[in-house]
Amino acid sequence: MRAPAILKRVIGPFVASAVVLAAAPASAVLKIDITQGVVDPLPIAVSVFHATDEGGRKAARDIADVVTGNLERSGLFRPLDRRAFIQTPEAMKVQPRFADWRVIDAQALATGATTMLEDGRLRVEFRLWDVFAGQQMAGLAYFTAPSNWRRIAHLISDAIYQRLTGEAGYFDTRIVYVAETGPQTARIKRLAIMDQDGAHNRYLTDGQYLVLTPRFSPTSQEITYLSYRQGTPRVFIYNIDTGQQEVLGDFPGMTFAPRFSPDGNKVIMSFIKDDNSDIYTMDLRTRQIARLTRSSAIDTSPSYSPDGSRITFNSDRGGTQQLYVMNVDGSNAHRISFARGRYATPVWSPRGDLIAFTKFVQGRFFIGVMRPDGSGERLLTESFLDEGPTWAPNGRVLMFFRQRPTRRDGSGGETRLYSVDLTGHNERRVVTPTQASDPAWSPPGSAPPLLR
Amino acid sequence: MHLKAFTAIAAVLLFAAACATAPEKSVEAPEPEPETRVESEPAPQPSESMKSEGPEPGSYADLVANVGDRVFFDFDKFDLMPDARNTLDRQAAWLKRYPSVTVTIEGHCDERGTREYNLALGQRRAAAVRDYLVALGVSASRIDVISYGKERPEAVGSNEGAWKQNRRGVTTVD
Repeated sequence: MRAPAILKRVIGPFVASAVVLAAAPASAVLKIDITQGVVDPLPIAVSVFHATDEGGRKAARDIADVVTGNLERSGLFRPLDRRAFIQTPEAMKVQPRFADWRVIDAQALATGATTMLEDGRLRVEFRLWDVFAGQQMAGLAYFTAPSNWRRIAHLISDAIYQRLTGEAGYFDTRIVYVAETGPQTARIKRLAIMDQDGAHNRYLTDGQYLVLTPRFSPTSQEITYLSYRQGTPRVFIYNIDTGQQEVLGDFPGMTFAPRFSPDGNKVIMSFIKDDNSDIYTMDLRTRQIARLTRSSAIDTSPSYSPDGSRITFNSDRGGTQQLYVMNVDGSNAHRISFARGRYATPVWSPRGDLIAFTKFVQGRFFIGVMRPDGSGERLLTESFLDEGPTWAPNGRVLMFFRQRPTRRDGSGGETRLYSVDLTGHNERRVVTPTQASDPAWSPPGSAPPLLR
Repeated sequence: MHLKAFTAIAAVLLFAAACATAPEKSVEAPEPEPETRVESEPAPQPSESMKSEGPEPGSYADLVANVGDRVFFDFDKFDLMPDARNTLDRQAAWLKRYPSVTVTIEGHCDERGTREYNLALGQRRAAAVRDYLVALGVSASRIDVISYGKERPEAVGSNEGAWKQNRRGVTTVD
């Protein structure tokens, strides 16, 4: 379905085009401050798009539905019930009658139009309006294959989010995770990938071998993960275009906890040598291996800073599991977590300003964040078992997995994906077809081009 | 299953490679117990189990029924407790009695730990079992180790009883 990476570079002329419709006024008053945790989500009306012909009629409704769902799940918006709308999509062809939207307390209004072009492409036009100022805030038109309507809906959602929050949206993104089925004692785990909203879910491995901890490459074209395929657990790389799975390197022992470097040239991971877990990198071009830690402790779960200059990891070299930061060459390793409890799975924010982690203290697990110098620790979630945060590419939302306790009769124990805002607000379940764990969000700027 | 066969082959190769690097760490190498103590264990009476319809001598079922295939660990620990040492003393004697048997030691953890850390911890537990057996004279070339972290619990349940059973090192016959 997707074109190989090389093909994509030369495919420019066929990529769907987006056109900016009219310049938005510079002085828009409508803005959501997302740094405080939004208590009152912004009331927004997302109208069904105006289908200018029969061919665009389904997309006109579907796109509006997907945009509505995205905005609602973000927790920052409160999409209004369409049944309260007074003005019809057809009546808004030229400009909305703002009084009709003020009366239902909509502060923002999204409208659009769909047209099936003679060359078989779908034209989707979208505009965002500030209802009280009576002004257009954003306008875009897309030309693409009709099958891409869902991506268009995500791009429109991103445009609305960006215009109203000042931050990049995260709706046109994908999640790779581990799909879980079967009893806990003989769990079947498969790599799975889906859109951020759960659409287009598909399984990448068949469950024959235990797989864990998938993570995207910077381009999202590859996934590095752990597999028991060779008996000994090893780091593998899965190529999304070809479906090929390849073991990484020829290590005489177990390798695990892999992540790509921000430039995509290396994989950093743990390698167990003489029964001891240290952190290593492998250069994917030269196949050269570098050892970064030399402690007799368990050093694992490494993650690069987005500029590639530093690495955070967890180690029990001080007696219990704590978070550390070191330079990219392994020098200057220093502890950054000092509060009570065990700290694990540090993951550097794509903005560079924070490190998310799993914390375990007094029998409870937490997802939290702290600054890279260890200051400003904040816990965002708490449960019997929360683990493995991953950042949305805009650094404002985290996804993780939560395992419920298992009761004596064997019931319970469900493992599912959740998301939460950086503010600790808007914790929600991320719906997956099966139980799920180990989510990883696609990195910033890694969305594949929209092919026509 | 062919998976198992492949695992065994890979295991032997890996182990050979690991040995070549001369391990420098010793995980609580046990004081070599007096041989007599080990030998005098009222170990499984192979003749008896052969007569009755017990498990085939030298098989995994034999190990489970007459020796004990597993030892248990404290939370977030990988040192061997007295009970575990007793079990491993018997395992060593059994392994000496059946010199052609090769084993894989699985290291497991309970659910209360992060996945990646538990993979490393499971490895330490399996290695602690292996090192103890080797110190008692079992050839290291007969033993492979693998960590399952928290991926393969034995007991289902989020309570101390289940966790205790899941923090284990299991000796399985290849």
